[in-house]
This record gives sequence, C-alpha cells and structure tokens, in this order.
Amino acid sequence: MARIGVVTFPGSLDDRDAHRAIRLVGAEPVALWHGDHDLQGVDAIVLPGGFSYGDYLRAGAIAAVAPIMTEVVDAANKGLPVLGICNGFQVLVEAHLLPGGLIRNAHQQFIRRDQRLVVENASTAWTNQFEQGEEIVIPLKNADGGFIADTETLKRLEGEGQVAFRYRGVNPNGSLDDIAGLTNARGNVVGLMPHPEHAVEPGFGPNTAEAMRSGTDGLRFFTSVLESLTARV
Amino acid sequence: MPTIVVDVMPKAELLDPQGKATTGALARLGHGKFENVRIGKRFELTVEGPVTDEIKAEVRELAEQVLSNSVIEDVVAIDFGDSAANGEAGA
Repeated sequence: MARIGVVTFPGSLDDRDAHRAIRLVGAEPVALWHGDHDLQGVDAIVLPGGFSYGDYLRAGAIAAVAPIMTEVVDAANKGLPVLGICNGFQVLVEAHLLPGGLIRNAHQQFIRRDQRLVVENASTAWTNQFEQGEEIVIPLKNADGGFIADTETLKRLEGEGQVAFRYRGVNPNGSLDDIAGLTNARGNVVGLMPHPEHAVEPGFGPNTAEAMRSGTDGLRFFTSVLESLTARV
Repeated sequence: MPTIVVDVMPKAELLDPQGKATTGALARLGHGKFENVRIGKRFELTVEGPVTDEIKAEVRELAEQVLSNSVIEDVVAIDFGDSAANGEAGA
C-alpha cells in the first residue's frame, strides 16, 4: 500500500482532511512533523492548507525553513511527488520549489467559494487522472492567493506547460494569467490555492449541477499520485 | 545594544492592496491630496556587541534571503545605526 506523508506545521488546519482524502483512495496517510528530519520513507508528500506560523513574516515563509523542509526539498528535487495545497503552495513557493510569489488577494478579503478550474497540465504526478482542458470544481478559501511573477517567468511558465490549473469564470484573487496552480518542470511538484482534499466525498464536497455538496473532483489528485507511483515501479 | 533596522517594501510595480485600501480611507477622511499610500515592513534586529563588517554582511544576506522575498518585495534600506545618515540603500 502506498504511504503518503502529510506534514503538520504549527498552524496547519487541513492536515486531517488530507489524511482522510488519502485514506479514501486506499493509501495510507503518514503523519509527518515539521520539527523532524525524517520523511519515514513515504512515497509522496502533501503540504496541507492552513496558516502555518500564523502567516508571520510572509505566508509560508517560516514553514519553508522548518527542519523537515530540508528533507522535503531534497526529496522533491530527486523526483518524489509533492503536493502543496493553499498554505502548502505558499510554502513550496517560499522554498523555491515552485517559482513566483503569492500575495494578499487584490480585493483584500478572505474568500471562500466553490471554484471552477481548468486543468492545464494533465501529465503531472498529481493530475494524470484528469483530461487536458477538463473543467473541475474545487473549494477555494484563502486571503493570500494572488499569484505573481515577473513577465519573463510568466512567459516561461506558460511556454513550458508549468501552469497546472487556471481559474475559470471568476478570478478570485487577482492572480496573473488566472493562475490557480503550478507544477515544476519535472511534473512531480504541484501547488495550487484551491483545496482538492475538500472535494473527495459525496455530501461534503462543493455543489455541482447534479446535487448539493456532491463534488468529488479532488479525489483524482490522489488517484493520480497512486497511478504515478505504480507507473514508476 | 546596537539595533539594526531593515526596511522592506512591496515591489513598486505590484499592486499593494493594503496601501490601496488605506489610500481610499484617507480620501474618505478628506485627505485625497495623498494620492498613494504604500505599506512595507520594518525589522529591528538587536545584536550583542559592535556591528562588525561580518555582522553587516550577515544582515545583508538575511535581508535578501529571509526577511524579504525578492519576487514580491525589495529591501529598500538597511540602517546599521553607525552613521548620522539614514543608512544605506538596499542591494
């Protein structure tokens, strides 16, 4: 059985939800602690949502230099699948595993909505169970979700297929090019502001055209990583 | 004990939502002549003993690597407290 680690930082909120999502796809969630230097031999890692260190300094900035991040960065650079959700995305950016930066939403408000996304890269470790260009609905909830990068970086990200997800309909935070999520060049590291772990179980997901709270598009992030692990063996 | 002051500002070309909201509030209070407010951060680092060249170099590196994120912010000034001037401009 695949073992997927979830790092808990002081101020992580959605680590337990990530555990649950991992369990629902038939894998074993492994609790990892920010203060350790031990990945416990996991096959993949999730950096969960929340407000690590109270968003002090900059969102994700202090978590990015937490002890366990030495091992996470090293493993990510060797190809281990790493998914950063919301605060986890901010941590990946601050740790330079993904480019650009995330700033306060342009409208200055915390926002929570069921967000339509377009899958722009369906060949990463965390998106291979989607169709290229598919529209999905994933809950979004953040205050610092505005993605920015300089023109040159944006051009490179767009040109090399590193934009993994784009907002459709509403751009909820002023992100440049409507960017909701990124992948690295190798496709093993993915970060996004919306929360796939909140769309994994009927009755508790986002609303869909079919029924209230029935959305489970988030499950395929986790089935994707299982597929990528199987394919690699 | 010497205190070193590091000033960090959001990059000029980026939208500064806090500054924009404050600009709006000033205008509502009748101070519309202040066309733009931008909000940054001031760090005060206290250190034992004299501020040596080694410590200055360390602070310059910390300012760039930890206290600011060069994608979204600039270090605009570092004041080592050893001159009457307002310190030196950031890198």
